[in-house]
Amino acid sequence: MTGPTSVVPALRIEGLHKAFGNLQVLRGIDLAVAEHEVVCLIGASGSGKSTLLRCVNLIEPVEAGRIVVEGEEITARGVDVDRIRRRIGIVFQAFNLFPHMSVLGNITLGPIHVLRRPRAEADAQATALLARFGLADKRDDYPDRLSGGQQQRVAIIRALAMEPDLLLLDEVTSALDPELIAEVLEIIRELAGQGMTMVIATHEMGFARDIADRVCFLDGGVILEQGPPERIFGAPEQPRTRQFLARIVAAGRL
Amino acid sequence: MIGSGPAESGSIPPLGGSRRSRLLPAPQDRRGLLIAVVSSVVVFGVIGYVIATSPGWPRFRDSFFSAEVFAESWPRIARAFWVNVRLFLSAEVLVLILALVLAVLRSLPGAVMFPVRLLATAYVDLFRALPGILVISVLGFGIPALRIEWLPTDEFFWALVALTLLYSAYVSEVYRAGINSIHPSQVAAARSLGLSQLQAMRFVVIPQAVRRVIPPLLNDFIGLQKDTALVSILGVVEIFRAAQIRQAATFNSTPYVITAVIFVLLTVPMARFVDWLVARDQRRASAAAR
Repeated sequence: MTGPTSVVPALRIEGLHKAFGNLQVLRGIDLAVAEHEVVCLIGASGSGKSTLLRCVNLIEPVEAGRIVVEGEEITARGVDVDRIRRRIGIVFQAFNLFPHMSVLGNITLGPIHVLRRPRAEADAQATALLARFGLADKRDDYPDRLSGGQQQRVAIIRALAMEPDLLLLDEVTSALDPELIAEVLEIIRELAGQGMTMVIATHEMGFARDIADRVCFLDGGVILEQGPPERIFGAPEQPRTRQFLARIVAAGRL
Repeated sequence: MIGSGPAESGSIPPLGGSRRSRLLPAPQDRRGLLIAVVSSVVVFGVIGYVIATSPGWPRFRDSFFSAEVFAESWPRIARAFWVNVRLFLSAEVLVLILALVLAVLRSLPGAVMFPVRLLATAYVDLFRALPGILVISVLGFGIPALRIEWLPTDEFFWALVALTLLYSAYVSEVYRAGINSIHPSQVAAARSLGLSQLQAMRFVVIPQAVRRVIPPLLNDFIGLQKDTALVSILGVVEIFRAAQIRQAATFNSTPYVITAVIFVLLTVPMARFVDWLVARDQRRASAAAR
């Protein structure tokens, strides 16, 4: 975290608070993500992982705190949210593909109507991305013809087609059958290898250990503990972290 | 259609394909078919017998089912129906557009948009509350009476305006139900790509919503087509007024039966088409769910 690239972090979150009614979900999150860094968020369901990602993409309005993307405060008043979202990709647990559009239509919607690329150029880019991730033959299919794993890969490609500076992955394998998880994780691994800056909320602990530069354990709306994966998984300091990981191990998921 | 097709009105879709109510028992159910035939013969036989043996039947038959009057009046009434066709086709195009605008305005989020939502809601409430015949007469008689020079005084024009205003209120509610039925995660996905709220509406929400509401929308159009007869109060010689004129000329009510036949010929195929659309969507939905 001391290299020249980390002078202005890709993402900096300071004192982020978020509540749904009386339910305080985030109680002061501080997090900085350097360019090319892969940060995994782990923690029990309801610990605020998804909410944190949705706040970064401004899907959820925040109550207090600041979110700064490459030096620009995106939580400031009067900021153009559409311009911010262009730079931040998010992939959802439930894929959220557009069912009335072909795979190609899903991927090119943003580039054509947001980035104002010519259709031919957007099509060529989408076709190249599909080929790269082994989905070239699905180009003209509709989402309901694809398996869950294929749908989630298309959703990742849809986010990549916008050439985001930062990619947020919200439990992207949680809705998949076990045998389909690997193909999705493979893509993420490849993106990490290419230096994509990513914040990943996940229940796949083995994957987090392999891929993350840093793991953050969320508990009760704060980052209770963070560090390199070897330390978080090997020698966690906080009792709550140890308890969480023990349960994961007992469930056979690590 | 009979036997294999969906039965009755398409307005309430059945829960599953297997529970679809049938007009006739399944073809392989021979006993059921026999019972259906026998009970139909008995029911319709009794009704027919009661009517045909009633003391007033001969006069009734002559004044409603006169072949002579039918042959003589049919061409003029059918020609007058052309006015209704022009009226409802124009109104349907305008309603599709105006209703969509109203539905989108009512669906705009944000505190700033409150006055827009309020106006759109007031419009829909008002025109759903008013009887159609009232709106038609107020616009058709009232506005030309203002004698504003640059406004058209043509009855057809004001009839078109009245029907468009009335049915846009209904159809906008149909659209809105469709818009509300699209899961918010679809909007979230669109907005996360950087699309604006209106772009998300245009490319993601509305295309899916419209597909879902085509059957109820066509139902409203059936209502609109029949309500073109209300325009007769403005003196437009459309089908119902033409029938009244023929009735007065022949002292015979067969022209009304002609009118009824024409509306039935128009509406029943359209109702079957709506049924077919509903059934097709259900097949697709169950195929997609696997």
